[in-house]
Amino acid sequence: MSSAAVAERPAASTRQRPVVSARNVSKRFSNGTLALSDMTLDIMPGEFVSLLGPSGCGKSTALRIIASLGEATTGTIDWPTSRIDSRGKPASSIGFVFQEPTLMPWRTVFGNVYLPLRLKGQSKSASRERIMAALETVGLGDFAKAYPRELSGGMKMRVSIARALVTEPAILLMDEPFGALDEITRQKLNDDVLRLWHEAGLTVVFVTHSVYEAAYLSSRIIVMGSRPGRVVTDMPIDSPWPRDEGFRSSEDYAALSRKVSDALQHAIHQTGEAA
Amino acid sequence: MSDLPATSAVAAPAEDEAKELAVRGRQEPREISARADLVLRIAVPTFVLLLTVLAWQLYVVFAEVPAYILPSPVAVATALWTDWGTLYPALLVTLKITFTALILALAGGVALAVLLVQSRWIELALYPYAVIMQVTPIVAIAPLLLVYVSSTQTALLICAFIVAFFPILSNMVQGLKSVDHNLLNLFDLYGASRMQTLWLLKLPAALPYFMAGLKIGGGLALIAAVVAEFAAGSAGAGSGLAFRLLESQYRLNIPRLFAALILLSVTGVAIFGLTSLISWLSLRRWHESALKREN
Repeated sequence: MSSAAVAERPAASTRQRPVVSARNVSKRFSNGTLALSDMTLDIMPGEFVSLLGPSGCGKSTALRIIASLGEATTGTIDWPTSRIDSRGKPASSIGFVFQEPTLMPWRTVFGNVYLPLRLKGQSKSASRERIMAALETVGLGDFAKAYPRELSGGMKMRVSIARALVTEPAILLMDEPFGALDEITRQKLNDDVLRLWHEAGLTVVFVTHSVYEAAYLSSRIIVMGSRPGRVVTDMPIDSPWPRDEGFRSSEDYAALSRKVSDALQHAIHQTGEAA
Repeated sequence: MSDLPATSAVAAPAEDEAKELAVRGRQEPREISARADLVLRIAVPTFVLLLTVLAWQLYVVFAEVPAYILPSPVAVATALWTDWGTLYPALLVTLKITFTALILALAGGVALAVLLVQSRWIELALYPYAVIMQVTPIVAIAPLLLVYVSSTQTALLICAFIVAFFPILSNMVQGLKSVDHNLLNLFDLYGASRMQTLWLLKLPAALPYFMAGLKIGGGLALIAAVVAEFAAGSAGAGSGLAFRLLESQYRLNIPRLFAALILLSVTGVAIFGLTSLISWLSLRRWHESALKREN
């Protein structure tokens, strides 16, 4: 891992156009709950953006709207740098990692990772190389023939990440992906995601409710408040790269975590006054 | 048991998380106990069966029970042998009705289930009629069917079909609706067409439910084929085992009645075994129901 390259990575210059741009997006559910209120957000290429907030702050809703899994009630989502296909989605695809691994139990690991390509009509033989490459990047090259039930929770999540990466997406959306995992597996996967982000030049939007996870991973943290869900603070994180075990035990990280935690407390407190 | 399986040397995968996986289910003692378990599972019921038959034979011989009350196993076996010329064609007729009905019910049940889950309107319009068809006693429809269709065979087939159809339909509808929502989202995200979602996601996800429907439907098809024949009262050439049962009863040919009964039982067991095998074969790689629990 060359640290020089890493150091350059988060310099998302303001001259660039955003990968995705949300303008005044609101979402009201059919039961009347205002889940997200007036969110405006630009995601620049190469950023690692975390949406951090208490439950019910609309962070997952925001992510789903970006992925066009749900319609915004008002406001728009734009993809300034992507061609838009007939269904109004960016032609260069979105990778999505759900909170659960969301694998098809009747397919092997290979078959699960093949799915996005298969749905785009690509043959298995033509896709083989890309699938195996995606599996190698998450360290599961030897498990192509295994079924999901034979894998541990962490490994299933890796398969899910490989599936999201196999289409070489313009943006990777992750919805509390490691929330259900134990601390050790979670740290390991956090390191892996950071490595992938930097090696593949990904743009990542990462939903989490963990201050420490957000502080460790992000180049920018969006702190959100609830009732109604909204953006409270947008804080760039300029801690140096690479971030590894050394960073995790550093004074810097502790200070950063405290700062992020304060921002989150502030967001929650504001909510309490409003409620 | 001389052919003990060799200890499999499993190379530990590089990943820590993976170790548990590779070792799972490959230890020697477990295979031996699995084999002993299998032997037991065959030997014990067979032994009980032999014992029962022996007791039956001894009881009939020593209590001097007349054959028209309770024939001895030997007499039943003799009847099975000598009347094979009558019983075998009847068995074929019953089998033909059962399997044709089952296949039609499978095709119809799956097709209608797929149709029903396409839209709420279709479900609202059609599902009540499927339920009505199911809850109306089949014996009550049989005489009516005989009025409408020209051949008894067709009437029997329709009866068996109606009975086998519903469990397959309702299981299939349940299965098609039980697809993981996040997987549906995922298919949406990657722009899957309706056909792709049905073929690659909904149908495979419904497979365990389909198999449950198949097991129930298979057994019911045979029962319905027999019950309908009782009610419809076919006669002469082309009649099935149910008619032969009744005929033997009228003639007080009880050994033959027993022989026909045994044929029906064996058929039922065979259908159960076959559908269970199909279910196991198609689910063994991934579904919890086909897997052994290991803790």
